[in-house]
Amino acid sequence: MVSDVKQDQAAKRSLLDGPLDFMERIGHTIMTFLSAIGRLSMFMLESVSHIFRPPFFPKLMVRQFMDIGYYSLPVVGMTALFTGMVLALQSYTGFARFNAESAIAGVVVLSVTRELAPVLAGLMVAGRVGASIAAEIGTMRVTEQIDALVTLSVNPFKYLIAPRVIAGTLTLPLLVLMGDVIGVYGGYIVSIHKLGFNPASYLTQTWNILEHMDVISGLVKAAAFGFIVSMMGCYHGFNSQRGAQGVGAATTNAVVSSSILILIFNYILTQVFFS
Amino acid sequence: MSDTAKLELKGVKKSFGPKKVLQGINLKINPGKSLVIIGGSGTGKSVMLKCVLGLIKPDEGSILIDGKESVGVSPNERDEIMRKFGMLFQGAALFDSMRVWENVAFGLIQGRGIDRRTAYDTAVEKLQSVGLDESVAQLFPAELSGGMQKRVGLARAVAANPEIIFFDEPTTGLDPIMADVINNLIVKSVKQLGATALSITHDLASARKIADDVAMIYQGKIIWQGPVSSLDKSGNEYVDQFIHGRAEGPITDDVKARA
Repeated sequence: MVSDVKQDQAAKRSLLDGPLDFMERIGHTIMTFLSAIGRLSMFMLESVSHIFRPPFFPKLMVRQFMDIGYYSLPVVGMTALFTGMVLALQSYTGFARFNAESAIAGVVVLSVTRELAPVLAGLMVAGRVGASIAAEIGTMRVTEQIDALVTLSVNPFKYLIAPRVIAGTLTLPLLVLMGDVIGVYGGYIVSIHKLGFNPASYLTQTWNILEHMDVISGLVKAAAFGFIVSMMGCYHGFNSQRGAQGVGAATTNAVVSSSILILIFNYILTQVFFS
Repeated sequence: MSDTAKLELKGVKKSFGPKKVLQGINLKINPGKSLVIIGGSGTGKSVMLKCVLGLIKPDEGSILIDGKESVGVSPNERDEIMRKFGMLFQGAALFDSMRVWENVAFGLIQGRGIDRRTAYDTAVEKLQSVGLDESVAQLFPAELSGGMQKRVGLARAVAANPEIIFFDEPTTGLDPIMADVINNLIVKSVKQLGATALSITHDLASARKIADDVAMIYQGKIIWQGPVSSLDKSGNEYVDQFIHGRAEGPITDDVKARA
């Protein structure tokens, strides 16, 4: 009799185990996610607060401007050039079916300035700079160089984080501005030399359709993406776990998280500017 | 001499999740004394040191420096406290993007605003005091051997004439001769500065050379403290097993009991 009751209870438990485990896992995932958001927000607040408080490190900032801006120019330039060229070719293939070839200049300039230059430059810089920031700061973390900074009375947020975030936020708009020009030029080259457009008419159409807001929205997006890339690189590097595997994971997480955030914020900013 | 301890820890506790690393550390170091903490891996030595440096915040307890509380102080007060400290890290923790002299002078230039020319002269002087000549000053850390990196780390630790110096496993990874050279340099530097020293090490030869007092940490608590001369007759079976490096004894029994 007693054993029957025990068997019944065991059967009920096993029936409940599955859903309870599932709920526990969901709860755990939500809590982990929320705590990660909390940690990131605290890190961001602390970083931003140190950007505006002395001491400042202008030499380090100049070095970061070079690393993030100047050395990213070839990558961003090549990406913009070929994107503009492909855009002109693909648009021609589609628009020719509706006798709308004259719209190509407008499609190229609007696509490049509003979306493609900021998003692709952001993604390229996330791969090049975000990874490098995370690897550098992560290595400093695991080799105790960040602890050494603290023992030498230097705040790592001011010395390591602030210069990178400032440089990232200010240089990406400059890169995108150059990317705009190069991308439009790529479309121009293909349209003139391959598709047989009249140069003067192509340029007039480009100029007529372009509005200030198209460029400004792209630059604002670029500043946001520069902030995201540098902040994610710093955050994941700063919180890197021990060992080579920890630094590797920090680097991967920096690139993946900044790429996803760039795409999410691109949608949000597009909605804000153009809806 | 003042009765106030240079550094005092009272009931310091720290846990990481369910793992209780420090379970009530009580420790006192008088001014000008050199205390070495010995203990096995994972007993909480490094966590204790990081709590004193403010790199980790303890869950409970008090850390007094010159009689003043250092736990929970403002960032500005923390900066003032940090000026009293110098630290030699286990792996030297030199900044690999900077030249040797910039590493040594880093705290002087960035932390205290001293001009580069004066800081360079001080760096070269400190490098010479640890047996490295001026030609080394222009090299990068990656171009140095492990022993030389430790010397540069020592020069950096003493560059700002700190009142308290921490040594985190100063001889780990060095050959016995280089380890003894580093031990001698530590003793010399500490004596010259009149500083208070706190070292953590597994290396008994190093402990015997640089310590005035020795303390043993085990399972997050200080289980014995006394003068280095009494280390061999401590009367504590845990200390005995550790200093003789025996495979059998109470430490091993505890490990087996927990398994």
